Amino acid sequence: MRLKILNNGYKFGTKVLFAFIHLVSRRPVPDAARLVFYRPDFYGAPMGALTHLAMRGPSAWSVGDRELMAAVVSKMNACAFCIGAHTATAAMAYQDEAKVQAVLSNLETAPIEEPLRATLRLLGKLTRELAVNADDMRAVHSAGVSREQIEDALAVCFAFNTTDRLADAFGFFVPGQKGFEAGAKFLLKRGYQ
Amino acid sequence: MVSGDKKRTAHKAVVIRVLEGDGRASRAERRAAFENAGLGEPLRTLIDKVARQPTRVSDEDIAAVLASGESEDQLFELVVCAAIGAATRQYEAALDALEEAMIDKKKE
Repeated sequence: MRLKILNNGYKFGTKVLFAFIHLVSRRPVPDAARLVFYRPDFYGAPMGALTHLAMRGPSAWSVGDRELMAAVVSKMNACAFCIGAHTATAAMAYQDEAKVQAVLSNLETAPIEEPLRATLRLLGKLTRELAVNADDMRAVHSAGVSREQIEDALAVCFAFNTTDRLADAFGFFVPGQKGFEAGAKFLLKRGYQ
Repeated sequence: MVSGDKKRTAHKAVVIRVLEGDGRASRAERRAAFENAGLGEPLRTLIDKVARQPTRVSDEDIAAVLASGESEDQLFELVVCAAIGAATRQYEAALDALEEAMIDKKKE
C-alpha cells in the first residue's frame, strides 16, 4: 500500500494477529483487512459496523444478492480489488459463478429476477452519475422492490462507494483468484466486523 | 427500529466520527476533504481524485501531499474523509429521491 503506516504502523497485538492469520491461512492479510485494523477507532470500527449491517444484517436481499450489488458497484468504479473480492464472494454465496459473471457481462440479459435487475440498474446509475431521481426510484418500486429493500441496497452502495475509493487511493494489492476465494470464504463465515 | 433506520444511524455514526471525533488532521481540514471544497494544492488534487476519479490516484499525488508537510496519519484521515464524503453525497441524494417518490405514491 502507498502509506507506510498501512504496511507497518500497527500495534504489537495487531501485528501478532496478522502473523497468526498468515500462519493459519498461509496467505498475507488482505489490504482490505489491514485498512480496517489501522487506528480502528477512526475508521475501521464504525465503518465495519455499518458494512456488516448492510451486508449481513436483516434484509429481504440474500447475502449473495448483496455481494452481487457490491461487485456491480465496484465494477462501475473500476476497482480491481473489490471487483475480484465481491465477484468471488457472490459466486460462493450463490454457488453459481455463471450467474455472477452473466450479471457483470450484461445486466440486461442476465438470468436474474426483475426486482434484483432493477435494483442493480439503480445502483449502477447512482455510482456512475452520482445521482438518481424520483422517477428512477419509482421504476425500481414498480418492478416489485419494497422501500425497505431499496434502502438496504443503498446502504450496500454507500459501503462500496467508500471502500472502492480507499482501495484505489491507498493502492490495495490485488491478489490472484485463490487469494480472492480465500477472502470470500472468510467473508461468508465471519462477515465484515 | 426498522432495518433502514438502523443503517442510516450507522452511516451517521461513521460521518460524525471522522468529522467531529479526535484526529491528527484538524476538523476544518477533515470537513474540507469530506466536502471536496476549499483545499489548497497539492491536497486539492489528491482529494478531488479520491472523490471523483479514485483509479487515477498516483504515487506522485501521495508523495506531493507528504512533501507539503502533512503526515501519513493526517493524509490517511483526509483520504478517508474524502471517500466517505463522496459516497455520502450519493447516498443522501438517493435517499432524498426515494423519499420524494414515496411521498408522491402516498398522494396517489
